[in-house]
Amino acid sequence: MTKQQANWSPYDNNGGTCVAIAGADYCVIAADTRMSSGYNILTRDYSKIIQLADKSVMASSGFQADVRALQKVLASRHLLYQHQHNKQMSCPAMAQLLSNTLYYKRFFPYYAFNVLGGLDNEGKGCVFTYDAVGSYERVGYSSQGSGSTLITPFLDNQLKSPSPLLLPAKDAVTPLSEAEAIDLVKTCFASATERDIYTGDKLEIVVLNASGLRSEYMELRKD
Amino acid sequence: MFRNQYDTDVTTWSPAGRLFQVEYAMEAVKQGSAAIGLRSKNHVVLACVNKSSSELSSHQKKIFKVDDHIGVAISGLTADGRVLSRHMRNECINYFYSYESQLPVGRLVVQLADKAQVCTQRSWKRPYGVGLLVGGLDESGAHLYYNCPSGNYFEYQAFAIGSRSQAAKTYLERRFENFMASSRENLIKDALFALRETLQGEKLTSSSCTIAVVGVGEAFHVLDQETVQALINEFEIAGEEAPADDAAAPDQAGDSESGATAADQATPFDPDVAPMDM
Repeated sequence: MTKQQANWSPYDNNGGTCVAIAGADYCVIAADTRMSSGYNILTRDYSKIIQLADKSVMASSGFQADVRALQKVLASRHLLYQHQHNKQMSCPAMAQLLSNTLYYKRFFPYYAFNVLGGLDNEGKGCVFTYDAVGSYERVGYSSQGSGSTLITPFLDNQLKSPSPLLLPAKDAVTPLSEAEAIDLVKTCFASATERDIYTGDKLEIVVLNASGLRSEYMELRKD
Repeated sequence: MFRNQYDTDVTTWSPAGRLFQVEYAMEAVKQGSAAIGLRSKNHVVLACVNKSSSELSSHQKKIFKVDDHIGVAISGLTADGRVLSRHMRNECINYFYSYESQLPVGRLVVQLADKAQVCTQRSWKRPYGVGLLVGGLDESGAHLYYNCPSGNYFEYQAFAIGSRSQAAKTYLERRFENFMASSRENLIKDALFALRETLQGEKLTSSSCTIAVVGVGEAFHVLDQETVQALINEFEIAGEEAPADDAAAPDQAGDSESGATAADQATPFDPDVAPMDM
């Protein structure tokens, strides 16, 4: 007679992949729009991207119920910040807030794998990448989610600056132009869609630059 | 109102059935600098006089944004007003978090009134010394409420609180019947005129007043100084004598010209009757 194990989990993985790339004066944040559960597709048209402030955009894969709750908490905190400081939160400030919010639930985590993209205080592109409990780092590019293992090596090949052990530390933003970065992102997703069953349907790309925010969509394979 | 043996505690009734501490709190509102609110079908305008403690200091902030659809103008103890504004902001944020829709103004003022009432029934608390003109928009239209330290609240078409507010109220009483159909610009104009009444001869400039607007399709915001000065110049009311109703600028249609019945006499003070909040 074997011991009965817990067979209910508070978490589910809705799959999907997110990518963000920082440029000299822009930031590209992208995610697919497929939401799945196990081998089923729940919907082909669900956005994982949210604009938290005028210069901060977050994309999150993982358990979308937790992602939604996290988005609401951050939105409320941002509103409070605006009332107190009379201005929008900067992207680095939002990055720290996201980290603190995630660690707050260290012992019952948000099952969310986040990338935060935006423009820093100098107008340069910035990307912050997180784990589920808030450990974060500013990077030049990042990928999270079910397709990240397929995309990250490719981005390393295309974008990685010389070894981080080299001093002085190199600026992490890519020298690519905005159009080249968008093209790169499309290529990443087209490839990931081929081999990752949880990634596909449609790609949502958000571009943040000095003139504001704009969205673009691209169809992906639906199988 | 004079000092008497029933006014030490907020929890002590007078034999005439009055709570003197609450009434003293309402006196604090009357001492603050003027704040005015008016509303039409689709807009609410809040205006206040900028009062500074000395020429060297900046003026106190008396108009607060509570949410995109609600703003508040205060008169009295501004510190109390600031604290209540923060509470109102939190209420709106929490409501939006739970229901993903905006807190209706009527609900907010009730919660505020209940909060004020608590302070009139605890021996270890004191009433808030601030009157709030809450202007906001919700599904049922534009609303203006007045919350007072006693925990009462009333809805108004137009109202003024603070020192020399009676002059503004007189002006508003003459013209309020037209406000519902007023355009945004005319509503702001009326607010400026009413504000000027409280200045009693001082020049109305954009640095001596603050105006805020909320309306359908227009989030609550304070008008910047240039806009206000331009409006003042346009309406040619800075320093002018009291206007005839149609004097300088084109008036809204159907404006009544009978300025006659201004209820200008002060309410006679009767020591046996508890004064109404107004």
